[in-house]
Amino acid sequence: MSAVAFSGVSKLFPGHGAGDEAVLALREVSFGVADQEFCSILGHSGCGKTTLLMMLAGFEAPSSGRILVDGRLVDRPTWRRSVVFQDYALFPWMTVEENIAFGLEMKRVPRAERRAIVRRNIELVGLQGFERRYPHQLSGGMKQRVSIARALAVDPEVLLMDEPFAALDAQNRSHMQEEMGRILASADPQVRKTMVLVTHSIEEAILLSDRVVVLTRRPGRVKAELRVELPRPRHESDSGFLELKQRIRDLIHDELEPEH
Amino acid sequence: MRPGAHAAAHPASGERAQPLAGLQALLRRARRLGLLAALIAVWWYVSERVLDRSTRALLPPPQAVLRAAWDLTRSGELWHHLHDSLKRELVAFLWACTAIPLGIAMGSWKAVEEQVDPVIEMLRPVPPLAWIPLSILWFGIGDTQNEFIIFLGCFFPILVNTVSGVKGVETNLVRAARCLGANVWQILWRVVLRAALPQIVTGVRVGLGVGWMALVAAELVGANSGLGFLINDSRTILRTDYVIVGMATIGVVGFAIDRAIRIVVRRLMPWSQALAR
Ligand SMILES: Nc1ncnc2c1ncn2[C@@H]1O[C@H](COP(=O)(O)OP(=O)(O)OP(=O)(O)O)[C@@H](O)[C@H]1O
Ligand SMILES: [Mg+2]
Repeated sequence: MSAVAFSGVSKLFPGHGAGDEAVLALREVSFGVADQEFCSILGHSGCGKTTLLMMLAGFEAPSSGRILVDGRLVDRPTWRRSVVFQDYALFPWMTVEENIAFGLEMKRVPRAERRAIVRRNIELVGLQGFERRYPHQLSGGMKQRVSIARALAVDPEVLLMDEPFAALDAQNRSHMQEEMGRILASADPQVRKTMVLVTHSIEEAILLSDRVVVLTRRPGRVKAELRVELPRPRHESDSGFLELKQRIRDLIHDELEPEH
Repeated sequence: MRPGAHAAAHPASGERAQPLAGLQALLRRARRLGLLAALIAVWWYVSERVLDRSTRALLPPPQAVLRAAWDLTRSGELWHHLHDSLKRELVAFLWACTAIPLGIAMGSWKAVEEQVDPVIEMLRPVPPLAWIPLSILWFGIGDTQNEFIIFLGCFFPILVNTVSGVKGVETNLVRAARCLGANVWQILWRVVLRAALPQIVTGVRVGLGVGWMALVAAELVGANSGLGFLINDSRTILRTDYVIVGMATIGVVGFAIDRAIRIVVRRLMPWSQALAR
């Protein structure tokens, strides 16, 4: 049970003077994500997507406006909103297993139960046999899967993902998107969460989302909010898919026109 | 690659290759000691050929030094001094490890750094040796004074490296821990300390080295035992061979300490090796 609501959220990064001017990253952003909905945030580089996600996680406070999750104000990070970072942020001194178990230790989950949850999540992302490896011994795609398993293991209410597939090559990316689709399709309530995904890729957004939010160039504002009603599993060659893709591309292309 | 048929035609060559390869490896290792051997040869030449009977005491030849080392080892004297020096180094090092929590606090909380930094920055440029006169007045001659000097040599490298290691911890690692439910202490202990560990270890290596150098200086003037004392005491009775034995021991032991740390680190932090590469 977790609905997310941004209302009038702005973020100003104060500068330190002398060429380092204040940056208005987001301006008056308002939109909502329903419980168990998958929402993608699309926008150009530098438009404030990461900033938005970090504020939702509770790492930074908005300069104005409010972020509510289930009607409660977000003011600090919690395992109820776990994050998959763009650079994975795995603990290099922990094995795959230990990375995934970290959040459970923090939650004081008893050892036996912890082990069962870790095993289940390793299976979910298909990393059996790599439990004892260290992150530096894994490929980019595998690290990404560990990162997703680690975030899922604490059983969050909202899963936040910052361009989780951006660093992968094309083949790995489509494979991971497929797997993410598989995880999404799972009826298991343990797996089905409210999800917020930040991405550059229109295809990825349509493939996975129930809702797509398009942001303008900096300072980011909500340019458009679309519902994706296509049946799953979705294919990039479906006519509905192509139609929606063209619509979103036009929306973003608009943004390419110089503003000034 | 040699073709297989060729190797089969000369079965003996394959067998002989083994010891030959071993010999080659040995030679390759020996070649690295070339300069060292040349320097020892020069030493021998100067001592035996350039100096005469009256001045040879200034630089006794290598074989005389070896004989002196044997004498000192057999009488237990060398071991006695080495033991005292190592004990002082160890005690001082343990005290200097307080720099690790202090450095973590400084790197994590601005308020702590603001207070501590000016004090540290004032003390750090003062070489440990400059503390010797005052410390002799404070602690007298002996272990405490020596340990104080070594402590000063050890402390600052560990502190500076810890602070910079902590400040260099990736923001996202800390954020990941926070959103997985870690509290402040868990973040410091489980994330910040581990992430900064490679650089803390660098600080420890430098600190032990500086401490070892400071130790000898402290013992030269403020001790009744130890390798520094051995050197200075032997000088007063003009036993230059003992002086050189003391110096060589200091060099070898300092080198061995550094090597030992590197081996331990490689064992305990396999992940950091890969990161450094
Ligand atoms: N800590 C900060 N201090 C100052 N400015 C910042 C800070 N973090 C972000 N910014 C600025 O805010 C703007 C938005 O940054 P953000 O990282 O949210 O963009 P993004 O949409 O995630 O971009 P990308 O797609 O390239 O990841 C950028 O112009 C950036 O320079
Ligand atoms: Mg970003």
